[in-house]
Amino acid sequence: MKPPPVVYHGPDTLEEAVRLLAEHGAEAKVLAGGQSLVPMLNMRLTAPRRLVDVNRLDELAYVRSDRHGVRVGALARHADVERATHAFETVPLLRQAVRTVAHPTIRNRGTTVGSLVHADPAGEMPAVLALLDGEVLLRSERDGERTVAAADFFVGPMESACREDEVAVEAYFPRPAGRTGTDWRELSRRSGDYALCGVGTLVRVDDAGAVVAARAAYIAMGSVPQVVDLTEAAADGDWSAAAESAADQLDPEDDIHASAEYRRHLARVLTARSLKASYEAVAP
Amino acid sequence: MTEQLHQVTLTVNGVTRRGAVPARRLLADFLRRDLALTGTHLGCEHGVCGACTVLLDGVPVRSCLLFAVSADGHEVTTVEGCCQTSGDLGPVQQAFLECHGLQCGFCTPGFITTITAYLEENPKPTEEEAREAIGGNLCRCTGYQNIVAAVLRAAELKREREAPHA
Amino acid sequence: MPDKHVGQPLLRKEDPRLLAGQGRYLDDLGRDALAAAFVRSPVAHARITDIDVTDALDVEGLVAIYTYEDLPDRIAEPLPLLIPHPDLTHARTPHCLANGEVNHVGEAVVMVVATDRYLAEDAAERIRVAYRDLPPVVGVSQARAGDRLVHEDVPGNIAARSVQENGQGDAHSAIAAAPHKLTLDLEIERSASMPMEGKGVLAHWDADDRTLRVHSSTQTSTSVRLAVAAKLGLPPDRVEVVTPDVGGGFGVKIVHPWPEEILVPWAAMTLGRDVKWVEDRREHFISSAHERGQQQRIEVGFDDAGRLHGLSVEIWHDNGAYVPYGIIVPIVTSTQLLGPYKVGAYRVEFTSLYTNTVIVTPYRGAGRPQGVFAMERTMDAIAEYLGLDRLAVREANLIQPDEMPYDQGLVFQDGRPLIYDSGDYPTMMRMIRDLVGWDGFEAEREAAAGQGRRIGIGVAAYVEGTGMGPYEGAHVKVETTGEIVVSTGLTTQGQGHYTTLAQIAADVLGVAVADVTVITGDTRRFKYAVGTFASRAIVTSGNAVAVAAAKVAEKAKRIAAAALGDGIAPEDLELGDGVVRRKDDPGSFIDLQTVAVLSNPLRYAFDEAAKAATQFAAAANTGDEPGLEATGFYMPERSTFAAGAHGVVVETDPETADIKILRYCVVHDCGVVVNPRIVEGQVHGGVAQGVGGALYERIVYDDAGQLVNASYMDFLIPFSTEVPHIETAHMVTASGVNPLGLKGAGEAGVIPTSAAVASAVEDAERGRGATEQGLAIRRMPISPSELYELRKGRVHA
Repeated sequence: MKPPPVVYHGPDTLEEAVRLLAEHGAEAKVLAGGQSLVPMLNMRLTAPRRLVDVNRLDELAYVRSDRHGVRVGALARHADVERATHAFETVPLLRQAVRTVAHPTIRNRGTTVGSLVHADPAGEMPAVLALLDGEVLLRSERDGERTVAAADFFVGPMESACREDEVAVEAYFPRPAGRTGTDWRELSRRSGDYALCGVGTLVRVDDAGAVVAARAAYIAMGSVPQVVDLTEAAADGDWSAAAESAADQLDPEDDIHASAEYRRHLARVLTARSLKASYEAVAP
Repeated sequence: MTEQLHQVTLTVNGVTRRGAVPARRLLADFLRRDLALTGTHLGCEHGVCGACTVLLDGVPVRSCLLFAVSADGHEVTTVEGCCQTSGDLGPVQQAFLECHGLQCGFCTPGFITTITAYLEENPKPTEEEAREAIGGNLCRCTGYQNIVAAVLRAAELKREREAPHA
Repeated sequence: MPDKHVGQPLLRKEDPRLLAGQGRYLDDLGRDALAAAFVRSPVAHARITDIDVTDALDVEGLVAIYTYEDLPDRIAEPLPLLIPHPDLTHARTPHCLANGEVNHVGEAVVMVVATDRYLAEDAAERIRVAYRDLPPVVGVSQARAGDRLVHEDVPGNIAARSVQENGQGDAHSAIAAAPHKLTLDLEIERSASMPMEGKGVLAHWDADDRTLRVHSSTQTSTSVRLAVAAKLGLPPDRVEVVTPDVGGGFGVKIVHPWPEEILVPWAAMTLGRDVKWVEDRREHFISSAHERGQQQRIEVGFDDAGRLHGLSVEIWHDNGAYVPYGIIVPIVTSTQLLGPYKVGAYRVEFTSLYTNTVIVTPYRGAGRPQGVFAMERTMDAIAEYLGLDRLAVREANLIQPDEMPYDQGLVFQDGRPLIYDSGDYPTMMRMIRDLVGWDGFEAEREAAAGQGRRIGIGVAAYVEGTGMGPYEGAHVKVETTGEIVVSTGLTTQGQGHYTTLAQIAADVLGVAVADVTVITGDTRRFKYAVGTFASRAIVTSGNAVAVAAAKVAEKAKRIAAAALGDGIAPEDLELGDGVVRRKDDPGSFIDLQTVAVLSNPLRYAFDEAAKAATQFAAAANTGDEPGLEATGFYMPERSTFAAGAHGVVVETDPETADIKILRYCVVHDCGVVVNPRIVEGQVHGGVAQGVGGALYERIVYDDAGQLVNASYMDFLIPFSTEVPHIETAHMVTASGVNPLGLKGAGEAGVIPTSAAVASAVEDAERGRGATEQGLAIRRMPISPSELYELRKGRVHA
């Protein structure tokens, strides 16, 4: 299992990377952490003619937080996001979710932005971005910079809005407004495996503890991260009823690890547990 | 078609090593074949088993998922580099010996490197943390129990060895 | 130095090397060898209509491409049927490269040799093979239906049908006459050995010497040697097979010769260059052997106490596309199914069926996990039916110690009678009862239920035939340096033989284990061996080492007696502390090292020590052959029977149906223990594989015969986070069939795990009160999704 021949480009600057993609985008793949791409190369499931390795773009190895949210640069590893205390304090969901991405050794190399572009419907970080209504900053020679909202970014399974001539430069995870609790939970066969079902929730309450907003995002429940608004369903704090309503809106599939029906059932169970946890995190 | 070669310079186990590699040469193959450091093993070549784990600038990574050319300019530590400078076993290796933490030994190098880095971060793990720490490496022989014990023993040995001499 | 090394938990001699990264596994050798890669069938069943290599020819570094047409006579013939059996009436074995037809995904079609593996894969990728699809046969049910055939000349896909009865009357009549009857339909899915290192072969042809040296990651170097010699038309003495460090075997590497073990040496001879093939993980999944897949129907008749009067078992065994290893697995299932029990009249019939999937050969446990699953599910079903305690039903059927040796009345996998040599099963069951906390469990269950938790307890017992023949041998030599070199022909894959065999030799020779070096799996050092499989190595080779070492000790005494003179007879001497000494005067001794020097009468002194052995200095000649060395063999009359019982407590999540093991306990009896640390490690590893087989691992083929989870992402070998802490207790009933009293321990841990976990999960799901029924687990492994589906089928009153 050895990768096919490939022409390598190792740009030292973002400009150079963008220029290379302008020239070769159609036959190039961006190599960041490589934790999804390289296995596919080794198995020869993909064979781009060129690789544009962005691992020298040290200026993109950042996780920055301010009171509005967290910005994650293209070269920030999952482990960087996990460790950044300020990011946890600003958007706790980031750490809650990133800890369930594979195993620590994979998180040491894999990048958060890379996992967004990879757009695996079983990936955690796309669902986090979707739940928070985040966005991705893209850059190309042709259009310069553009920002794509999460709702438009995940186009299909393993397909994002990042064009082949674009570098995904940064992901922005906004801090949820007001008094909002979040929670992430999933069930996987083995610890570190892709989840059979994963759910992130967000519950905003008013000072009296009444639910004013509730949302859930799911992985492995459809071709792209599924976001379900549960504000109405969860308004009276009946988490089970809210979970029921969420599960009805999901369309999971069978695979060798779980039946579709079981996945929907899990979504129901995990949603109820997650909403409750999110609520309790901020309830007065 | 001749593949273009790239010059790379890495610091491997503290020694500067140079080579000329095709872009697609995996770091694991570079270590094993170009540098004859065959302690790093390939068990799956898709990043799950962890046998090929090495430390890149001190951090555990899968050397089957990294191209040698991407590691240019970086420091790599392999299982060979986890020995003491005298050539004697390092604390993690010694703990594996004492706890019967290996059988066939094929997965062992990836555990040694992973645990070596882990103990830098958490010098005094609990049993549960020790089990969690090795959770990303597959072993088909031991059932892990003695590896968990070896993590705890290694932490002890490391503390003993690093303690200032009375 | 302890008086006796056997029984001590010594640290392993092999470890420092392996820990320092200095192991030498197959792929660590032959750095400059050419690399082989294979084009393997992407379809399960097809005729090959064309092979076009044109596009591959421009790949830089390409050296050779071989198809079936290129193979000379003997290599073009099908691979051997290793273990013929009269009931195996329709044996089909594969070719080294597909001969016009492929019968499973992964079957080798074209061999490519290039200057490195990357380039070999480049060329392989460019070779176009055209297939005309044939209907694939996938799974036992489809094979049984028989309307599609794997091999068109094998009707009903039946390779073998075999019936055994235990001579206690007609089982069906006994069942019919019994007060109660039950029928169970069971199924076990496919799994695989999955060692961390795949297979691999390196061949070097010395044209001047006309000698072939083959390194193979195998469990049997001696047998590979004979097979390679036969296929390549070389005298066996021109073929050397060396097994380097092996990264795990678990059965898959006992099969030989694998096509690559013939093709790689042949290519090396043909090309005059070293050639190496290292199997990658995907190749291992789709072309190395699997095991386990079976369907079973059990009919049992029993009385009010749960005592069995009759047992009839039908087994449908999926043997994959070919049967190079014969029908060993279903034979083991059908005989070892009986476990520690007396079952009354027993009839077992198995049908071994072809499917368009990878071959099925022994994987650790080798048919026993399926047999134990059948027997122990039956015990639980009887207990449930009668409303009795599950352990009590088992205890009612145990063979008693005073019935040993106990003849089960069947023929075992070694062709010898299935006679248990020793064992104390009632004690074993008492021990597991205590260890797992059986008697106090109801209180635990209630406490858990009070917290809304479901927990359950299960137990399963087994008997395992180990240490089978035909033989093993060893050569023991005392070097003139004082080093003791023990060479055995069998191979080692992590079982610690460098240590345990040294312990045995050290005790016989009265030396330190540190002074003993063990060499395994190198036909240059020892040519006669069978192999390491079936929990036999320590029993057979251990006893052979003891025999050879005893011969050396006798010879040392003869030479020392002559050297000491003074009318001393060999019987007056003993070995100990590295010397040969007078029993009555331990101060009067001669170093074993010096004896080694004297054992080789010399004309020419090559160093200072050698002077002592020259003709004008040498002690009286004893008439012995030169060299303080001897060869010994051990040929067991029949297998020796180890046993054990596992107890497990599980928790099932009432909502998610997630299954977690809370407690795992093992009582284990492998006779005299050579190294308890190593035995315990073997048990741990076996249990981990058992947990995999119970809850995680399965090989999944789709209807088209595609192996859909051929990666470690989807074939779920447990990580540390999935394997419970294992509590072990040992008991020793020495074997009655070998001098050291040993029984094998290698496979033990994996054997009853699926049965015990099934029992515990079923118990956790036991109905509560009158409104909820329990559920029956009839198939393993079980996933949360499957438990959820079973729960749905539960009838609520």
